[in-house]
Amino acid sequence: MLLLFKNTVGRKIVMAVTGLLMFGFIIGHLLGNTTIFTGPDGINAYAEKLRNLGPLIWIMRVIMLVMVSLHVFFGVQITLEDNAAKPGSYAMKRNLRSTFASRSMIWTGLLIAGYLIYHLLQFTFHVINPEISSMKNFDSLGRHDVFSMLVHGFQSVLVSSVYIAAMIAVALHLAHGIQSLFQTLGLNNDSSLPAIEKAGLITAVILFLGYVSIPAAILAGIVK
Amino acid sequence: MDLILFVWRQKGPDEKGLLEQFAAKDISPEMSFLEMLDTVNEGLIKAAKEPIAFDHDCREGICGMCSQVINGVPHGPQEKTTVCQLHMRNFKDGDSIYIEPWRARAFPVIKDLIVDRSALDRIIQAGGYISVHTGGVPDANAVLISKDNADTAMDASECIGCGACVAACPNGSAMLFTAAKVTHLAMLPQGQIEAARRVCIMTEAMMKEGFGNCSNHYECQAACPKGIRVQFIAKLNREFIKAQIKDSGKRNQ
Ligand code: HEM
Ligand code: FES
Repeated sequence: MLLLFKNTVGRKIVMAVTGLLMFGFIIGHLLGNTTIFTGPDGINAYAEKLRNLGPLIWIMRVIMLVMVSLHVFFGVQITLEDNAAKPGSYAMKRNLRSTFASRSMIWTGLLIAGYLIYHLLQFTFHVINPEISSMKNFDSLGRHDVFSMLVHGFQSVLVSSVYIAAMIAVALHLAHGIQSLFQTLGLNNDSSLPAIEKAGLITAVILFLGYVSIPAAILAGIVK
Repeated sequence: MDLILFVWRQKGPDEKGLLEQFAAKDISPEMSFLEMLDTVNEGLIKAAKEPIAFDHDCREGICGMCSQVINGVPHGPQEKTTVCQLHMRNFKDGDSIYIEPWRARAFPVIKDLIVDRSALDRIIQAGGYISVHTGGVPDANAVLISKDNADTAMDASECIGCGACVAACPNGSAMLFTAAKVTHLAMLPQGQIEAARRVCIMTEAMMKEGFGNCSNHYECQAACPKGIRVQFIAKLNREFIKAQIKDSGKRNQ
């Protein structure tokens, strides 16, 4: 057990498992968010359901916090070690297989972390733009008006731009991360590796389009 | 043909190095890359200058000594080919060629293009062995091994320990090397006794030598002159997971 948090492979396995769970979360989160396309009723009812889960939602939140913390801690630690192992660079270096996404994992990761804090402060804890907070606004059925909160939030080009930039970071992170986690967990072979690489890339693009469709629809006035 | 070389010159491990320019004149396309450097060195010696120090031994692509990054690629532009087997017909008259040593913290430069690769030997020493009975020679085919397993073990055993994987890796990781050795032994019945311990000890030894972690960039596979595949790293990861499960099973007994 100790080796899991100390060994080079052990720590990568922790990163892969935590990454996988976060990946699962952002798929579920997207599916939940798309209820916005069914109008105020859809997403407000969905938000109400989540709130009514009570302790369950808090258990989820604690699990996610532990996952993110482990992932960030080892991500930073591993990257620092990797940089120390490669002092000085070549006068000329050609990259044959690695990608922009694979070489910028720490930067896309840190951007995601930064955005995550901003995102929670804005839509979960309502510290940023409290004027649009759903805590004060209720729909006709007396539910928190998450719909109006999102629509008002994303009608700001700035809020939407920051969100889209963060989704680019997520997409790049996953473009490398998905296939990487299969390799780290040993869940591939010679013939499935290229297929998993492609599927990972496509999944990252689909998630990106799904998430970006929300501010895009609001900015375009389709959802209002 | 005539070429312009930019070669890394460094007097010793703690000295500062720099790229020095040389003209390589009247090079035959039939020469190997090392013969081309020999020719340049003859000229330097005649001119009473310090020749370029570079490593080599077999010159037939099996010892793994010829460690040079040529135009940004370990072992140069031809796939699955060591520097000694690379021929000058891969270059054009008038080309500029950058020649640099392997760069990694675990591979200190000894002089010019020569690096100290003994860290790889110490990874082998840590766990790259099997337990065998002493006594007579075992009968051939007394231990049955499936064709698939034998093939995989043979593929992994092709690693010549040249260190190109480390040189290519953005993290200076020796994971492809370590994985080839772990896989080679884990595929065979003779390697089972130490299998669980081996994968832990060898990966720990790798980190102790100052190599980086594997981020699955796969640069190593692209640079390997022997075509060692990153699939062996996935195999190493599986071996590690198996070892952890076995270990926690033992403690619960
Ligand atoms: C939406 C949240 C995130 C998801 C879904 C995610 C997912 C992943 C996945 C699947 C991997 C591949 C793991 C492997 O190779 O086994 C990975 C790697 C990585 N992640 Fe994340 N991640 C997230 C957030 C972050 C954050 C906030 C950081 C901040 C430091 C980060 C830093 C890294 C780094 C540095 C790696 C590469 C590790 C390496 O292979 O060297 N990630 N991530
Ligand atoms: S000199 Fe032996 S492999 Fe090149």
